[in-house]
Amino acid sequence: MTTSLLVLAAIMAVVVWWLLRPTLNVKPWVEQRPIKNVDAEGTLPLPPVKVGLGVFLAVATSLFALLISAYHMRMMAADWTHLALPRVLWLNTGVLILSGVAMQWTRAAAQREQIDSVRIGLIAAGVFTVSFLAGQLWAWQQLNAAGYFVKTDPATAFFYLLTALHGLHLLGGMYVWGRTTARVLRGVEVGKVRLSVELCTVYWHYLLLVWLVLFAVLLHTHS
Amino acid sequence: MSSVAFDESPHVPPAEVPEVELYHPKTFIGRYIWSQDAKVIAVQYAITAISVGVVALVLSGLMRLQLGFPHTFSFITPANYLQFVTMHGMIMVIYLLTALFLGGFGNYLIPLMVGARDMVFPYVNMVSYWVYLFAVLLLMASFFVPGGPTGAGWTLYPPQAILGGTPGANWGIILMLVSLAFFIIGFTMGGLNYVVTVLQARTRGMTMMRLPLTVWGILMATILALLAFPALFVSAIMMILDQALGTSFFMPALVSKGQHLAYNGGSPILFQHLFWFFGHPEVYIVALPAFGIVSDLISVNARRNIFGYRMMVWAILAIGGLSFMVWAHHMYVSGMNPYFGFFFATTTLVIAIPTALKVYNWVLTLWRGDIHLTVPMLFAIGFVFTFINGGLTGLFLGNVPVDIPLSGTMFVVAHFHMVMAVSPILVVFGAIYHWYPKVTGRMLNDTLGKFHFWVTFLGTYAIYYPMHYLGFLGVPRRYFAMGNTVFIPPSAQSLNVAITIAALIVGAIQVVFLYNLIWSYFKGKPSGPNPWRATTLEWQTPHTPPKHGNFGPTLPVVYRWAYDYSVPGAAEDFIPQDQPPGRKAPGLEEAPDASELGPQKPGALVT
Ligand code: HEM
Ligand SMILES: [Cu+2]
Repeated sequence: MTTSLLVLAAIMAVVVWWLLRPTLNVKPWVEQRPIKNVDAEGTLPLPPVKVGLGVFLAVATSLFALLISAYHMRMMAADWTHLALPRVLWLNTGVLILSGVAMQWTRAAAQREQIDSVRIGLIAAGVFTVSFLAGQLWAWQQLNAAGYFVKTDPATAFFYLLTALHGLHLLGGMYVWGRTTARVLRGVEVGKVRLSVELCTVYWHYLLLVWLVLFAVLLHTHS
Repeated sequence: MSSVAFDESPHVPPAEVPEVELYHPKTFIGRYIWSQDAKVIAVQYAITAISVGVVALVLSGLMRLQLGFPHTFSFITPANYLQFVTMHGMIMVIYLLTALFLGGFGNYLIPLMVGARDMVFPYVNMVSYWVYLFAVLLLMASFFVPGGPTGAGWTLYPPQAILGGTPGANWGIILMLVSLAFFIIGFTMGGLNYVVTVLQARTRGMTMMRLPLTVWGILMATILALLAFPALFVSAIMMILDQALGTSFFMPALVSKGQHLAYNGGSPILFQHLFWFFGHPEVYIVALPAFGIVSDLISVNARRNIFGYRMMVWAILAIGGLSFMVWAHHMYVSGMNPYFGFFFATTTLVIAIPTALKVYNWVLTLWRGDIHLTVPMLFAIGFVFTFINGGLTGLFLGNVPVDIPLSGTMFVVAHFHMVMAVSPILVVFGAIYHWYPKVTGRMLNDTLGKFHFWVTFLGTYAIYYPMHYLGFLGVPRRYFAMGNTVFIPPSAQSLNVAITIAALIVGAIQVVFLYNLIWSYFKGKPSGPNPWRATTLEWQTPHTPPKHGNFGPTLPVVYRWAYDYSVPGAAEDFIPQDQPPGRKAPGLEEAPDASELGPQKPGALVT
């Protein structure tokens, strides 16, 4: 549980830091003149969806940190056997990195208002992501073929669980990606999709990071 | 503060908050069923939560009947008893209190109190309610599946939760876990809204430190819930896999009915860690909104500013942070390393400090206040009383050596009902009496309200005081019947009869409350916009009940905190948050200028 505690401590620290920033030591009972400077009111200079995404990422972080803690605690039991990780995971990792790069590139294109590049970038990112998901399924397939089912041993069960939850998060991202891409293909102007592209980019980088951590944890403990 | 710019001109520039594009429902269905208006969603949440709450109340009545009159009711089997305990506990904690405080009061009050037109993501907010409703229906469905609902206790500890001997080990437990998973998904959608609305949609002048404590309580509770619920989510999924696919996350190697089960090496303790990592913050998820609401009820009805506003905010933050570091005090009896036990016992006692601070501040606010004993105030004072009571028994249980013999007895049942059942429920009632006029435009009947309060308040003491004593005698919790147990004197049974009678009376009297809710909706005295003469923004709306969009053509501008009651020199004994300083209040000769007023200490305003 130490991992979770540390992660949560970090999240709570951010929360408290943020709340302290508009200074908790103002004296609200002293009448003040109207406040002109919106910054002084403690609002972040960001659109609400971005803040919303940030909060959601905190929730997802809590989820994955708890899973990793659970993994470590379960490892301590006597029946733990190490899992032979399928090689294809390395390839998948590379593909997921490429999708992140494509997203980043799309974001830059959106800022430069180049709708054609945005279109290409989004499609590339989508293709890479779908390949990643297909690759993960392939890894499942290989494990299955090698006789490792969820039931076989806890390491395998955790492998399926972690990859499934990560994949589901990506699928959720693909929903937003799909809506954004559809709008780009229908020919809306760049300004209308810039925010969505930015949100997707942040989310993709986040899920890449999560995958790298999960992969590292799995690698660290495999045979 | 350096970043606050003083505006020298008397003219107030219009709100700099951009106007939002509101969604405009055209049909009845769009307005009241698939509604995206936070106020309607709030009422939907509240009605659903109260309805399942009634189911849980009936279950508690059935349990009490069994405990008071064992061998009398052939339709309550031992398996049924366990199912009732489980469903009662889970419904009350999650589906009633959490949903009502955050989904109900959160949705209604946050946009109004911070001066927003609606939640920031109205569509997601609507979906949140429907997912919640779906979770509730799944849970209710478990009463009708083969084997009935799960009887594993609200803590759902494996391995017994999914072993054949436990009632509902097939369908029941699966439905419970799936329902919880959906509840969490729905809550996360709502929770994102509550947090981001408070952070980003506050109206001009509404700084964080001018927020009413109600909003602070709900905000912190939501943050806790967002971070703690994933632990329950993870454990629910892992347990579903253990049950349905035969994995061994939590299930150790077992022999059941002479047969080796296929499970191997799983860790039940892992489940306990995950569960309590959620379960303890859950106590504060229910408590913090109650703390916030009570502060406001007390301040309004004592006509005084809340004592130590900043301290109250700090305490809320401190409780929120600490509540993640105490979970293992629920596991003293699980054979943990004594040093861990020491650590968690210490953090548990430390968290008592900010909590006690809050209690002192409530009492100091009441002290020499101009107390109006309205129905909401009665409930608020009842809460403070009950909470102190439950807190004291909590100090017993926070100590490892004292906890070990008491753990698993009726003492624990009495303790947690005092702190996390009766106390928050009293606040729920107080809050409903307080805000009902805003929601409907009519007052609830006062006589019925007072009757409801006194019977509920005194009745709960009649129920739970004797239960502490039963715990000392060693009467265990979750037992269908005691049979002939040597160490329990026969007088315990007479006590049980008395408790049951009190519980049935308290349960039945809630009908009066429900009747009041319905009757007053049609026949209640019209309330006007601000019946309690309160300062917060929800009472300053141009329409009561507020229309879609909450405020008139422009959003209110906030000039002061939420607690300007009985300010010396002011015309009225309250100054609404959106009343500009220096402007002549109606009937006042010369309004004191802000700069001349000088700093005032909280509590220095008593006349
Ligand atoms: C008139 C009101 C109530 C009565 C008479 C009542 C009665 C009971 C009884 C008899 C039990 C089972 C004791 C046992 O055999 O272990 C119980 C358990 C419980 N109650 Fe209540 N209760 C009431 C209200 C509430 C409320 C409002 C909550 C909300 C937090 C609540 C939460 C619980 C919990 C969490 C359990 C433990 C379930 C378990 O052991 O798994 N109760 N209650
Ligand atoms: Cu606890």
